[in-house]
Amino acid sequence: MTLALKRLSRHFPDIAALDDVSLDIAPGEFVALVGPSGSGKTTLLRILAGLDYPDEGSVTQNGQDFLAASARERNVGLVFQHYALFGHLTVRENVAFGLRVRPRRRRPSRDQIRVRVDELLKRVQLAELGNRYPSQLSGGQRQRVALARALAVEPDVLLLDEPFGALDAQVRTALRRWLRELHEELGLTTVFVTHDQEEALELADRIVVMNKGRIEQVGRPHEVYKDPETPFVCEFIGRTNRIALERRANTWGAGSWSLPAGASGGLFHSAVGYVRPEHLSLSVPEGQPAWEARLRHVYLAGSIAHLDIYVADIDQTLEVDVASEDLGRGALTPGAVLRVAPTRLVTFPLGDGPAGAPVLGERWIMRGPNSTS
Amino acid sequence: MTAGRPGRPASAMRRLGRASIIVASILFLCLFLVVPLASVFVEAFRQGAHAFVESIDQPEAMAAIRLTLLVAVITVPLNVVFGLAAAWAMTRFQFRGKALLGALIDLPLSVSPVVSGLLYVLMFGAQGWFGPWLATHGVKIIFAVPGLVLATIFITLPFVARELIPLMQAQGSEEEEVARVLGASGLQTFFRVTLPNIRWALLYGVLLCNARAMGEFGAVSVVSGHIRGLTTTMPLEVEMRYNEYNYVGAFAIASLLALLALLTLALKSALEWRYQAAENHR
Repeated sequence: MTLALKRLSRHFPDIAALDDVSLDIAPGEFVALVGPSGSGKTTLLRILAGLDYPDEGSVTQNGQDFLAASARERNVGLVFQHYALFGHLTVRENVAFGLRVRPRRRRPSRDQIRVRVDELLKRVQLAELGNRYPSQLSGGQRQRVALARALAVEPDVLLLDEPFGALDAQVRTALRRWLRELHEELGLTTVFVTHDQEEALELADRIVVMNKGRIEQVGRPHEVYKDPETPFVCEFIGRTNRIALERRANTWGAGSWSLPAGASGGLFHSAVGYVRPEHLSLSVPEGQPAWEARLRHVYLAGSIAHLDIYVADIDQTLEVDVASEDLGRGALTPGAVLRVAPTRLVTFPLGDGPAGAPVLGERWIMRGPNSTS
Repeated sequence: MTAGRPGRPASAMRRLGRASIIVASILFLCLFLVVPLASVFVEAFRQGAHAFVESIDQPEAMAAIRLTLLVAVITVPLNVVFGLAAAWAMTRFQFRGKALLGALIDLPLSVSPVVSGLLYVLMFGAQGWFGPWLATHGVKIIFAVPGLVLATIFITLPFVARELIPLMQAQGSEEEEVARVLGASGLQTFFRVTLPNIRWALLYGVLLCNARAMGEFGAVSVVSGHIRGLTTTMPLEVEMRYNEYNYVGAFAIASLLALLALLTLALKSALEWRYQAAENHR
């Protein structure tokens, strides 16, 4: 059941919601569409659901025209951020809705519907709440009802629009894991939209990073995290430090820190480097190039700690992550002076024009001498 | 009561101010609303229950009541259909001229009812645009029942639509979209999802629409021609009797209209209460 999206464009009066988007979705795949609001991810989902249509492009399902089928005929499951449960129906009636509205000859009997609803309620762990109304449920329970309702019609594709957006943090994490397990159990092709990159990284087989109606990068979560292909992906996926680099004879550097340029970026004079918080070494030996930095704050976040360090040399505050247990070892208390250097940078050269826009397609990864990755 | 709350000392001045505002508004309501309303019933029964019954149990009074009901029975369903269609169009579709449609829906509220009546005379009256053509085909609209119905429809046009539009706007279309994706047809979506969501607001609109349809005076007065037993609705009958110094008769019918108003008010409060409950239920 491969879904092939080819060259989709959708224009609204003031913006291009989708601009030449192509994507293949394999059977059973769990795909996350991730991007800021206005990036076109929801438009893409609505097109798959049959609630919107592209101005150009095609969607095929095993070679068949998917767009020719109306929303009713597509056999997809849809879950919205705010659940969109039918408030005047009980949980059971909500779940049964998609079966009850079928034309008579395709409609299961009352008993079959009852059995199916029981089964689904058990699956979403709401077996006891079938006779409640949606208003009597918590957010997490409502979203599970919405999911059961979508699964009741045995869809070929499950579409989720910010499914955890309205839930509080703990419920969200629990529901995420649960959804992932459910997916592994059912093997249903699932496309979900989120603006939360962490959620996308955690859940998806493959993530599609979108920005301004275009796809910036498609890949497995760890690939996208490790090798972001564009500056946008660097900044949007995970946390990062953005450092302006300049070319000096045979090195690239910023302030008192530099790395041998080697063969990389010979043509360019300036570049921007992205450094993940875990790719900053805090104890660079004397004699190797490094910045002198002052530790400003330590934010303990469970197993890891986020540090804010200020580098006077480049007048920038950088984020560093260390394992919490390393905190004591290096005398990492606010005010401490550290020798800091990036161990891994994703670098994009800048053009020579006044605007200094990144040069498309040019990118290299630089590693420091004490890099381990 | 906020008197005991910390940080807000209860001052005598503030309490006095609050009391005087409450008393003033109650006095005002009594003077301008309750007393006149009560006087309608007092006047109607001034010569006893027998005179009251007698003044209603007359052919022209019964005809006025029948006509008023007829006008309401035709007007209200038409306005329900129009109100639903207009609210649907305003909240579910994007189209050119949407703002204009919104303004037009409100138009009858801003035009004086007498002017609305005159508009119909201007169109369908003997000297009107379509008057001669209608006359040659033997169709009578002005000074006849069709005119009364048309004028009432015009006046009551906004009531249902204005109740539905803000609600449907707030509810959005996600539930309907989910229903469609689940395989429901357009009609199934309307009857199983949309209608249950708007039923209280719709009922509320129908109630207001009905009250106005039965109570309208200005517009129907212009198109009626005041033909007793044929084109006088209850409000018109009240005026005619009053002009004939038949005070008991006038107030008897007026008291029926007042009763309708009170009934509407009671139902409206009940609906509002139910509506609130339904809202909290969501």
